[in-house]
Amino acid sequence: MEDQQFRQEVRDWLSANFPPALTGVNGLIFQGDAHAAAASKDFQVWRKAMADKGWGTPTWDKAYGGAGLSTAQAKIIAQELSAIGAFNPIRSYGTMMLGPTLLEFGTEEQRLQHLPRISTHELRWCQGFSEPGAGSDLASLQMKCVDAGDHWVVSGQKIWTSGADQADWCFALVRTDTSVKHGGISFLLIDMTSPGVEARPIVLISGSTHFCEVFFNDVKVPKGNLVGAVNQGWNIAKRLLQFERSSLSEVKTDVTPLAPIAHAMLGTDAEGRIADADARARIVHNAMRHAAYLQTVRRFNEEARNGGPGNGVSTLKNLWSGIVQRRAELLVEVLGADGLGWSGNAYPADAREATRALLHSKAFSIYGGSYEIQNNITAKRSLGLPDR
Amino acid sequence: MAVLNEEQTMLKDMVSQWVRDQMPVSVARGLYDHSGGGRRDAITGFDKDAYAEIAAMGWSGILAPEAHGGSDFGAFSLGFVLEELARTLSPLPLLSSAMIAVSALRLGGNAAQQSAWLTGLADGSIIGTLAVDEGAHHAPHALSLSAARVENGWRLDGIKRPVADGMGAGLFIVAARGDDGATLLLVPADTAGLTREPLDQIDARRPAMLRFDGVVLGDDAMLGQGEPLLSAILDRAYVGQAAELLGLATQAFETTLDYLKTRVQFGQLIGSFQALQHRASDMFGELQLTRSAVEAALAAIDADDPQLPSLASLAKAMANETAHRITCEMVQLHGGIGMTHEHDAGLYLKRSRVAEQAYGSSSFHRERWARLNGY
Repeated sequence: MEDQQFRQEVRDWLSANFPPALTGVNGLIFQGDAHAAAASKDFQVWRKAMADKGWGTPTWDKAYGGAGLSTAQAKIIAQELSAIGAFNPIRSYGTMMLGPTLLEFGTEEQRLQHLPRISTHELRWCQGFSEPGAGSDLASLQMKCVDAGDHWVVSGQKIWTSGADQADWCFALVRTDTSVKHGGISFLLIDMTSPGVEARPIVLISGSTHFCEVFFNDVKVPKGNLVGAVNQGWNIAKRLLQFERSSLSEVKTDVTPLAPIAHAMLGTDAEGRIADADARARIVHNAMRHAAYLQTVRRFNEEARNGGPGNGVSTLKNLWSGIVQRRAELLVEVLGADGLGWSGNAYPADAREATRALLHSKAFSIYGGSYEIQNNITAKRSLGLPDR
Repeated sequence: MAVLNEEQTMLKDMVSQWVRDQMPVSVARGLYDHSGGGRRDAITGFDKDAYAEIAAMGWSGILAPEAHGGSDFGAFSLGFVLEELARTLSPLPLLSSAMIAVSALRLGGNAAQQSAWLTGLADGSIIGTLAVDEGAHHAPHALSLSAARVENGWRLDGIKRPVADGMGAGLFIVAARGDDGATLLLVPADTAGLTREPLDQIDARRPAMLRFDGVVLGDDAMLGQGEPLLSAILDRAYVGQAAELLGLATQAFETTLDYLKTRVQFGQLIGSFQALQHRASDMFGELQLTRSAVEAALAAIDADDPQLPSLASLAKAMANETAHRITCEMVQLHGGIGMTHEHDAGLYLKRSRVAEQAYGSSSFHRERWARLNGY
């Protein structure tokens, strides 16, 4: 009954505050692009309304800019947002990853300094984990963090840092002890405006410049910016990567239906089927796997709600990346030469978009733990296979 | 595995326990002769005594209505019983009789037909099976066996093969070609003009070849006519067979996994090699997709979901492919020992190939799914 009341309250508030112009708009556009976010008046109105209400981070304490609500109430907000085609404008690296980390490992001072500005999405955070020499083997990272008495001095390089050129702050893994591998890593919060920090966008095969390499040249960082104990960073990172993996598996799974495009581009036979039998067989095979994947997401969610094993995230990620990548390839194959355009009116806009999406999809089996790493995890945790 | 209620959990535990105690793979192995083919004396191709035992526990009546001695427990429950039993390749006619024949009578039977047959099917005293295939491939839309209208009844001429569990069945549900398309008829095994002979199949299950030579039936034999009824019955067959394949594939995978954890070469457990770990992880993923598809299709039967035809073909195609892949890997990863009749890998491979063809190959179901979904 209480839930029903709260749901009604959410509905009323949303209908009064959500700008109708944003209905059905993908919130990731604003999450990934500070310029787009700044340029949209509607987005700013919506962000401010949710920030003031504390509903972007509903379960956080009011002192941290949240609304102090229960998980059940947070779920109601999420359901009602999705029901009207709205999105959470506060959602960011800060809310999904750093926030939960500070709540678990941070000091009260750190929480009060950072969480309120994450819960309003005034400041953008980036994640400084990977380095040129530390990809899948993340714990081999080398960025130096030296104790200089009243502050730390950081030097080294990070890479694949999403949105670093637009970020105000960075949460980074740094090396505070070179004599041990995992036990020599610390978790540090770095102000991106500090002297000696330089972020350079990297141009990807899809043309995207979302990822950066970031250079740190003798950057001074206050002592209070270290989260947890010195050399405890790996444990924090492992926990944080769980937040990342669980948010990855929530990735939206609706995709452009292939059948109408295949009918248009490849023709149909007398029975209305895709005329190219070979392409049709491969498209159907992929579409069926996609259908079974969606059933699997539903099943895992239902099992998780009922206290199931919950060790299927790695399996799910590999199934998803494999199926979605294959689908992107098939779409571009069906588009033929139309799917090979980079720019220009000779190529339909949606075909160009499909091609960029194909190129982008290659990252799915690399980021957030590569296909190979996920299979190592499955072998060990789900299947109990022995180490070498 | 989907979330079960208390009664379902009890049933599942009971089945697992019974399979462990009473139905090791050696029972299926016992149907083979020494050369790897089927034993001539085990002519029914299934274990009659074991079927009586599980019928006494009520498993053959899971789908039957309570008025006819069943428990009306639903397809989802019968599905996980089929899955558990298939883990050890249990040679039992539960799919043929309790799933398919009971469904046929529930879907098409009038009150008299249901009274005549459902109680016996539910208590296991009668075994029923569907006689649909006639040649090399499952082709329910191209039936040859003819049902001609005669005075006060029907006359059947033609053959059916392979008919699963047909050597021990007392009731055949025969899909024939009538003047108005598919016609389903109830044919008791002792009807004059009907003869049967066993086929020595690679899984030693000995399905039947039925010959209908001027078989004359009364009007009361007519279960129903038209594609929708045949399709509805076949959907149950597709999903039930998929549930068996899921059980078979799951056990084949687990047996292989155990081998990877015990076999030592180069001074190490072979399961520590990354190449093999990744193959195992990939197979585990395929099993997850398959389980989801099978469970969704079983639930769709109970929910009378109009999407059932599409979900059933998805389940059978996924189960076919996964069981195929895992039984191949089972032999390969066991190496030489996996090639011997003495090892179980071959029994899983052979049973899998039969079940993959039964009620439609992967390409049959991909084509069906494609048409249903506008490809």
